[in-house]
Amino acid sequence: MNISPDQTVYWKYGFVEINSTILTTWVLMFVLVVASILINRKLTLGLGRTRWQNTLEIIVTTIIKQLKDVGIDEPRKYIGFLGTLFIFLATASVCTLIPGYESPTSSLSTTAALALCVFVAVPIYGIGAKGFVGYLKSYIEPTIIMLPFNIIGEFSRTLALAIRLFGNMMSGTMIVGILLTIAPLLFPIFMIVLGLLTGMVQAYIFSILASVYIAAAVRSIGN
Amino acid sequence: MDTITLTALIGMASIITAGITIAVGCIGPALSEGKSVASALNSLAQQPDASPTITRTLYIGLAMIESTAIYSFVISIILIFANPIWTYIITLK
Repeated sequence: MNISPDQTVYWKYGFVEINSTILTTWVLMFVLVVASILINRKLTLGLGRTRWQNTLEIIVTTIIKQLKDVGIDEPRKYIGFLGTLFIFLATASVCTLIPGYESPTSSLSTTAALALCVFVAVPIYGIGAKGFVGYLKSYIEPTIIMLPFNIIGEFSRTLALAIRLFGNMMSGTMIVGILLTIAPLLFPIFMIVLGLLTGMVQAYIFSILASVYIAAAVRSIGN
Repeated sequence: MDTITLTALIGMASIITAGITIAVGCIGPALSEGKSVASALNSLAQQPDASPTITRTLYIGLAMIESTAIYSFVISIILIFANPIWTYIITLK
């Protein structure tokens, strides 16, 4: 039994292989980018907006409001990264409704890659907002004794982000697989619905945690 | 110790540990989730118009608590299905 889409290989040459994770991720990225380009070609400010533009506006303004609630004062600077994170994860988990689709986030590779992106983005945004010395000073924040704990905390929360998303998505697909051998008629449908709910909640959690880390790195003490 | 006994021992230890991991690892998160939902219901009863904030914070807190149970689940799944020691020991013959 394969526990991750990494093991479904479509094409292999030497050590380069195209497996289901890579293919699904690229297809998702392609779909999202093409949809955004097509909708953005005809933006209007008037009342005659297309419903696709309305949908995008709802999504963007909701994310901006959420980022303001979390503590980021200028959400437009960070919404490129955080909004894309949320939209990618939400689309990846909603598309489980399509038969034959396996979410790329049920493989540790994808979730580790996204967690590494957050791990790299937090210092970059922190240095951009506070300067190099100002950002490094935040590690000594309460007292200098906290320095090793702050550093370990950085690594452990990245690891926690990756494992949390991976564990939730993989357990959803695995429970459905096991239930198909026990009670195949109606029970797996409930578990798929539960998996859909968990997927959306985990996408929200991932992006909210990423924005909380960025807010903590960017916010200066005077606020 | 011959290979057959070693293989049997490793298989047995993996399966027993997987069972105990998931059993013990779910006690703590289940209790804390119960407590957090109870206190969320308490505060909803006291202030119903703060309901969106309370609900959102409740869900975020539940997902964070759930993640420790997920850690135990991942370990037990690895022990059963993707156990590296087992894949090594069955290649010895």
